Amino acid sequence: MTNGDYKVVVGLEIHVQLATRTKMFCGCELVFAAEPNSRVCPVCLGLPGALPVMNRQAVEFAILTATSLNCKVAEFTKWDRKSYYYPDLPKNYQISQYDLPIGSNGFIEIPIGNGATKKNRIRRVHLEEDAGKNIHTAGPFSQVDLNRAGTPLLEIVTEPDINSAEEVRLLAMELQRIVRFLGVSEADMQKGHMRFEPNVNLHIKKDGREHKTPITEIKNLNSFKALEKSVGFEVRRQFDNFIERGEVMQSGNKKTFGWDDVKEVTVLQREKEEAHDYRYFPDPDLVPVVVNEKWLGEIKAKLCELPLKMQSRFISQYGLSDYDASVLTIDKATAEFFDSSVKAGGDAKRVCNLITQTGLKIANEKNCSVAQLGIEPKRLAELAKMTDAGQISATAAVTIFGKMMESKEQPGEIAGKLNLLQKSDAGELEKVVDEVITANPQAVEDAKSGDKKSKKAHGFLMGQVMQKTKGTANPQVVAKILGSKLKA
Amino acid sequence: MSQKKIDIEQVRQVAKLSRLDLSEAEISQFTGQLSAILEYVEKLNQLDTSGVEPLAHCLPIRNSLREDKIKQSLGTEKTLANAPDKDEQFFIVPKILEEPGGF
Amino acid sequence: MSEEILKLSCRDLRAKIAKGEVKSNDAVSAVFGRIERYDGQIGAFLSTFKQDALERAKEIDEKIAKGQSVGALAGVPIAVKDNMCTTFGVTSCASKILENFHSPYNATVIEKLLAADAVIIGKTNLDEFAMGSSTENSGLKKTVNPWDKSRVPGGSSGGSAAAVAAQMCFAALGSDTGGSIRQPASFCGVAGLKPTYGRVSRYGLVAYGSSLDQIGPLTKDAADCAMILNVIAGHDEKDSTSVDEKMAPLCDFLSGIEKDVKNLKIAVVPQLFEGADIEVIAGVKAAIEIYKKLGAEIIEIKMPHFEYAIAAYYLIATAEASSNLARYDGVRYGRRTKNAGDYIEVYTKSRAEALGAEVKRRIMLGTYALSSGYYDAYYLKALKVRNLIRSDFTAAFGKADCIMMSTSPTTAFKIGEKTADPLQMYLSDVYTIAVNLAGVPAISIPCGFDKSNLPIGLQIISPVFGEERLLRIARMLESQTDFHKKKPEL
Repeated sequence: MTNGDYKVVVGLEIHVQLATRTKMFCGCELVFAAEPNSRVCPVCLGLPGALPVMNRQAVEFAILTATSLNCKVAEFTKWDRKSYYYPDLPKNYQISQYDLPIGSNGFIEIPIGNGATKKNRIRRVHLEEDAGKNIHTAGPFSQVDLNRAGTPLLEIVTEPDINSAEEVRLLAMELQRIVRFLGVSEADMQKGHMRFEPNVNLHIKKDGREHKTPITEIKNLNSFKALEKSVGFEVRRQFDNFIERGEVMQSGNKKTFGWDDVKEVTVLQREKEEAHDYRYFPDPDLVPVVVNEKWLGEIKAKLCELPLKMQSRFISQYGLSDYDASVLTIDKATAEFFDSSVKAGGDAKRVCNLITQTGLKIANEKNCSVAQLGIEPKRLAELAKMTDAGQISATAAVTIFGKMMESKEQPGEIAGKLNLLQKSDAGELEKVVDEVITANPQAVEDAKSGDKKSKKAHGFLMGQVMQKTKGTANPQVVAKILGSKLKA
Repeated sequence: MSQKKIDIEQVRQVAKLSRLDLSEAEISQFTGQLSAILEYVEKLNQLDTSGVEPLAHCLPIRNSLREDKIKQSLGTEKTLANAPDKDEQFFIVPKILEEPGGF
Repeated sequence: MSEEILKLSCRDLRAKIAKGEVKSNDAVSAVFGRIERYDGQIGAFLSTFKQDALERAKEIDEKIAKGQSVGALAGVPIAVKDNMCTTFGVTSCASKILENFHSPYNATVIEKLLAADAVIIGKTNLDEFAMGSSTENSGLKKTVNPWDKSRVPGGSSGGSAAAVAAQMCFAALGSDTGGSIRQPASFCGVAGLKPTYGRVSRYGLVAYGSSLDQIGPLTKDAADCAMILNVIAGHDEKDSTSVDEKMAPLCDFLSGIEKDVKNLKIAVVPQLFEGADIEVIAGVKAAIEIYKKLGAEIIEIKMPHFEYAIAAYYLIATAEASSNLARYDGVRYGRRTKNAGDYIEVYTKSRAEALGAEVKRRIMLGTYALSSGYYDAYYLKALKVRNLIRSDFTAAFGKADCIMMSTSPTTAFKIGEKTADPLQMYLSDVYTIAVNLAGVPAISIPCGFDKSNLPIGLQIISPVFGEERLLRIARMLESQTDFHKKKPEL
C-alpha cells in the first residue's frame, strides 16, 4: 500500500469525566471505587417524583473547556432527554444536549512532533450525565451499580480531520493535557475518566476516481494504546475489504465494532434491526441556561495559559528544545514551577536541566509532582544562578537540590554547610596557581613540554591547586588560569 | 372507511419502543383508539403556526443552578430497599447480552 | 361534638385547637369516625394512618397545653393524593406497579405540611399515575361520588375531592395537569385550586406531564385554599422549575381574603357556553350575575385558540408522560414480572402486566408523538399551539382581572358512562386543559346544584402569580351564597 493511494479519515468522539465534587444533577459525592450503590439518592436512582438540578460547576467547566477549544459558547443552551432502555440507565433516558450544545465550531491544535502543530476542527462540546455500571457475572444474571449514574460528562466531537492512527492518539493525548491543565478533569485513564469512539473510513483513489469505504465506529476504547491500535487495524481491514469486495460507503451501512485488546482485532458487533430512535425532546424538568457576557467573562478569567502555548513559548522565549518543552509542560504544576523559577531569575536551560534531570526523577519515585517536593521557584532559581556563576559545581547542585527538599534553607547556606562552595574568583585562584607553579618547577616543565608527560603533569598541577584550596576551587576557572600561565 | 392514522404494524413498533409486551387483543384495540385520537389532533393543522416559537416551558425561568456541595446519599441499604431482586450490594437482573437499547 | 367539629373550616379548627377549645385528637377521631363509617362505600382512601395520626395529634395537643408554639396547620387532619411521596406508608399512584413502593423520601409539600404540624391521615385514590378524569382508571380501587354513589367523583384527584366532600378530612392535596384538581372539586362540590405553574414544588410529586403538573389544595372554601397555599407555596431548590422570590414575591394569601376586589372586571367567553349542559350554564351565569350585583363589570372576549387546547395537551402531556413513566421497569423498584425470559422481558412484561390500559395508551401516544418522523408534525406543532393559547390568556388579562367559565361541561357523570371511548373522556376536559398549557392559576368553587342535586362548579382563572386576588374573587361568591356549605347526605 503506497501512501498516495488512500487517505485515512477519522473523526473522534471523546467522553471526559468532569472533576466536580458531586454529580451533575444531585449532591451525591463522586468517589472512585466506592462501595456499590453507596453514592445514590432519589434523583440519580430515578425514584418516582425525583427532580434534577444542574451543577453550576459542571456548566462552568464545560464553558471553560469549550473556550479553550476555540468554540463558540452558546448564549442560550438547553437540556434534552435521550430515551433508551438499559439497566444502568435509571430513568431510561439520559439527560444530554441535542440541538443547542454548549460549545460548537472550534478547533484543537495538537503537537505532531519536531515543533510542528496541526489544527483539527471541533464540531461540538456538550454536557451529559453518565450511566451506572452493569457487571457481568459467571451466573445467568447481571449486577447493576448506580454509583456512576449521574456523573457529569463532557462529550467532545471532532470533525473527521484526523488522518492517521498516530494522529488520533496525539489528539487524544493533547486533549488530556488540556483538560488537566484547566483543572476540569483528572483525566486519569486508569479511572476511566476518558473514553474514545473513533469513526474511521478511507478515501481510496482507484482508476482515477475516489472511493469511500463504509464508516466504522469503534466503541469503548479507554486507553491511548487501544485507540491507536484499533484505528490502525481498521485502516488495514478496510483497505483489504475494499480490494476484495469493493464495498463503499452508503447511507445506512455504518457499522459498529468493538476492540479485542487480547487478540488486537476489531470485532463486528451485532447489527441492529433498526437505528436507535432516541426521541430527543427538551427536558421539562430543567430550564435553559443563558450565558451572558458577564458570566462568560468571569469564567474566561479562570482560563490559564494552555499547554501548547506554554510549550511554544518555552521554545521561542526560553530557547528550549521541543523535547524539553514538551516534558516541562506535561502538567500544569511542572510547567508553572519551571516558568516561575525562570521568572525568578534562573537561566532557562539550567532550570530545565535541574527539573528534567533531577527533579522529575525524584518526583516520580515519590509519586508526586516536582512542584510538591518542597522547593519553591525562588530557591530553585537561586540554585540555578549559583551553578551558572560557578559558585557550585553541577554535581553539587544535585546534592543541594536533595537537601532543599527537606529544609527551608537557602541553597547558599546549604552549600556552605556541606562545604560545596566553589572558589571562582580569578584573582584569588591566580595567587594559588602561582604558588603551585613556583613550588613545582619540574611538573611545570613537563606540562609545557607538550609530550606524553604533559597531560599527567597538567593533572598533577590541577590536583595541587585543588588540594591547596581544599577542593573548593572551580576546576574550570583553575584550568583556564593554569592554561594561560603555562602558555606564557 | 377512512385511512387509519396509525396501523397495526406501527402500533407494534411503538409498543416495542415503549417496552410494552401487549397482547394481540390490546394491539388491536389500541390501534383503533390511537387512530381516533390522532385523527382528532389533526385539528392542530388548521392553525398557521409559521413564525410561532414552540413553548416548552411556560415561565421564563433560566439558570436554575446549584452549588457543587456534597449531600448525603441514601446508603446502599436504602437504595436497594425497594429492589425486586438484589444481593447485598447490587440490583440483580437477568444476564444482559446486548449493548444499550437492545432490540 | 364530632358533628360540630367536622363542620369547621381549617382556619377555625386550627384556631380552636391552638386555644385548646378543641383537641386535635378529637378532630382526628372525628374524621376517622367518618372514614370507618363511610369510606367502605365511597372508597376515597387507598391507605390511612389512624394510629400515627392519633399519636401526632396527641403530641400537638400536649405542646399547646404547655404553651409551646405550633405550626400554621397545627392539628388539622389532612389527606394527600397517593402520587406524592411519603416515607410513611406506600406511594402507589393507584398503580399495581407501585403497589408496594415505600419511598425513602418525603415530597417537599409533605415536609412543609409536617413542619406546619398538620396531621396527615391518609393517601387518597386517583386515576392511575394521574391519567384520567374520573378516577375510574385507578388500578387499585373504585371511588364514587359522595353526592350520588352511582356517579364518578371526577379525576384524577377523585379520592381527595370525595374525602373533603364527605368530611373524611378537613382538606386534601391533589395534583392538576389538565384539570385534575378543579374538575373533581366541581363534581364533589368543594373548592379546588391549581396554583400558577412553579408556585408549589413538584419535588416528590410523581411526574405525569412535567411542564403542566401542579400540586394544590381541595378544601371546603376558598379561604382554606389560601391557608393551605400559604404553607405549600414557595421556592424549592430541589425543583428547577419552581419560581423564586424575584419572580413570585412571598405573599400571605389569607390575610386579605375578606376584602372584595373593587372594580372587578370579569371576562366571559360566550363561545364556551355552547356545548355545556343547560343547567351548568345556568348555574355559572347565575354566579356571574351575583358578581355583577357586587359591582363587577362583565366583558365578553374571544379566545380563538381555546378549542385547540385538548389536541395540544394530549400530545404534550403524553409525550412527557411517555418519558416520565419509562422508569417503571421493575428493575430498581416496583413490581417485577415473574415471567421474564431475559432482561428485556423484565421491562416489557413488568410494564404490560402492571400498567393499566389508559396509562399504556398515553405512553404509546406520547412515544409516537416524539418518534422520528413525527416529532415536528405532532410534538413540536403542539408546543407552537401552546404558545398561541398562552397569548390568548395574556390578551384576556389585558382586558380583565379574571376569566370565568364553567369548570366542566357537565355535572358528575355516571360510572362507566365515558369509559368505552377514551376520546370522549378527553373531550370532557375542554374548560380546564388550556389553563395548564398557559401555566396560569385557576380555582373551581361550587356555584349551584342541578336537578339531581349534583354540584355545579364555577371556574375562575387569573393571571400568573395572581392567586391572592383570585382567592378573594372566589370568596366574594362564597360571601353571598351557601353552596359551599351544603354537604352530601351519606
